[in-house]
Amino acid sequence: MALLKIKFSFQRRVRLAQGLWLLSWAVMFSGLLVFSMGVFLKTELLRRSEVMHTTDIHVVPNLLIVVGLASMGINLCAGRICQDTMDVARFARWKNHFIPFFTVSLLVTSMLLVAMVLSYALQPNLEESLKIGLKNGIRFYKDTDTPGRCFQKQTIDRLQLEFKCCGNNNFRDWFEVQWINSRYLDFSNPEIRDRVRSNVDGRYLMDAVPFSCCNPGSPRPCIQENIRDNSAHINYDYQSETLNLFSQGCHQALVSYYMGLLNNSGPAVLSVFMAQMSVLLSLRYLQTAMSGVKDQENMEVETIGYLLEKGVKETFEEMKENLKKILSLNGGQVADEAAEATEGDAKASAS
Amino acid sequence: MALFKIKFDLQKRVKLAQGLWLMYWFAVIAGALVFAMGLFFKIELRKNSELMDSNESHFVPNLLIIVGLLACGINAFGGKICYDSLDTAKFARWKTAMKPFLISCLAFNALLILTALFCFMMRIPLMFTLAEGLKNSMKFYKDTDTPGRCYMKRTLDQMQMEFKCCGNNNYKDWFEIQWVSNRYLDFSAKEVKDRISSNVDGKYLMDAVPFSCCNPSSPRPCIQAQLTNNSAHYSYDHYTEDLNIWKRGCRDALVSYYGGMLNTIGILVILVTVLEVAVTVGLQYVNTAMSTLVNPEDPESESEGWILEKTVKETFTDIMAKAKAMRGSQVEDGEGGEGAVATVS
Repeated sequence: MALLKIKFSFQRRVRLAQGLWLLSWAVMFSGLLVFSMGVFLKTELLRRSEVMHTTDIHVVPNLLIVVGLASMGINLCAGRICQDTMDVARFARWKNHFIPFFTVSLLVTSMLLVAMVLSYALQPNLEESLKIGLKNGIRFYKDTDTPGRCFQKQTIDRLQLEFKCCGNNNFRDWFEVQWINSRYLDFSNPEIRDRVRSNVDGRYLMDAVPFSCCNPGSPRPCIQENIRDNSAHINYDYQSETLNLFSQGCHQALVSYYMGLLNNSGPAVLSVFMAQMSVLLSLRYLQTAMSGVKDQENMEVETIGYLLEKGVKETFEEMKENLKKILSLNGGQVADEAAEATEGDAKASAS
Repeated sequence: MALFKIKFDLQKRVKLAQGLWLMYWFAVIAGALVFAMGLFFKIELRKNSELMDSNESHFVPNLLIIVGLLACGINAFGGKICYDSLDTAKFARWKTAMKPFLISCLAFNALLILTALFCFMMRIPLMFTLAEGLKNSMKFYKDTDTPGRCYMKRTLDQMQMEFKCCGNNNYKDWFEIQWVSNRYLDFSAKEVKDRISSNVDGKYLMDAVPFSCCNPSSPRPCIQAQLTNNSAHYSYDHYTEDLNIWKRGCRDALVSYYGGMLNTIGILVILVTVLEVAVTVGLQYVNTAMSTLVNPEDPESESEGWILEKTVKETFTDIMAKAKAMRGSQVEDGEGGEGAVATVS
């Protein structure tokens, strides 16, 4: 009892081949789209890799790149097969290659689904990685003389300027770290000495933020120091002044940026998956319909196309039988060889 | 003695027409590209128009847009002529229009060369416009409460951060203007009162620059205030410290940005001109080849093609003679008219 049988006349077969040829070209372009999405996502992740702690999220763009390329190849082959349906002799060349072709294509297409699921599942992982990365970035902001960390200041400054954010959760994160290198602190100054001594870890903490936190949209020149001291600046109330510094934290800004990228890519990948599956299903129908055509003269016969020759359960049983046969064939060979070896030994000992 | 005469048989004519049709399509795309570049440049100028003087001239991008559209039209028309040229019946329609069309193509090529020239020369007026505009913008930096100028601070800050520059010629321009609004100055403080009274115009001038002049690549936190006072900051020498703030002036930065864009557009226009000259020459060959069939009835007969019927010198003298003849006939008509008037009166 074949699965989803459809009758195919010659006209129908021709139309199926033509439609499938066009569809495979269209889906090839969407495969190209998936590839370019993967490349774009990877570059965006690499650009900010200095504020990310782990690289687990990179599996999503890597998968998209590989699957994009593979699906382009699959669709090119499908187009080729469609072109060959008019010539029965050329179509016969493909006969032995169909089963491996379909297995590989199904595998590749399921990778699309896996990529989409991962792009949603790895989002908490990305958030955590950004949190740790930013915290370290702020801690090492002052270490412009330590090899390996000397670009941390530039990275954080550029990040804050580009994403219009300040600190990890908000600007108060800067109050808790020493972000001025000790090389630029005058330790002969009693005020500085007092401040350092009054701190448990001997750090020089201030009520100040770096210049990259300043908001250009503020009507007054940027107040970076003594932020919580209302009396230090004229006409200034720290509680109500919202335009002076960027109020958003960089963690929030980066997370929403990357969430946007990943969430937008999800539906696109899903639609490419469905398009690719439709190409594969139509190709299966075309293959089974053409297998009924024996030679070039009788091309106009009516044939039957199906998805599976027998029902799902029976096909499954058949696959299991085949696997067992292959395994037992190997086992039988081993048993035979063992028997020959013992015979040989017996002969040797006899002579 | 014709200029660059070539013999054509049917095969050659067909190949010429096909090749020329393809080249016309490339030329249409090139025209569209010139149009797009003109539009892009116009948008870029608009983006920074607040920093430019009122003398800001959009002549060059407008010219590019017009030239691009014209190129598309002329080349599409030429392509149509090429397409029809292989069929003698269809080609007969275009016969009378060919000469004026070729002359207009020549005029268009001259216009293209002129456009390229303007592109390269636009740098100079741009420099003057920006110098005036930036000076005025910096004066209005502090006027965030004046309607119409309240966004000048944000525009200047973002521009300085984007183009990595500070001030008009350099950062010292900020020392000469008051860029802190009076609303944020504490007039009860002695220091503020002293500074204002010591200034001729009553302006509050400082040795300081806005935060947007800061260079993120500096190893130390940005020093914005008391820039020329070495003792105010630890381990600081303002003569050797070059990473602290941007050293470049914004006028230089903007002029080199727009200048680079103009250079690229100018080179592109020159390339398009070369293509246009090539297709014009090709069309002239097609025209002459199709008009000089040895046997007009037989499409497979041979023909000749050339660029000019006589040599350059003879063609020039011909044109001069024709112009004189036209002027002479006009003068005669004028004299006849006058004579008639004289006899009547």
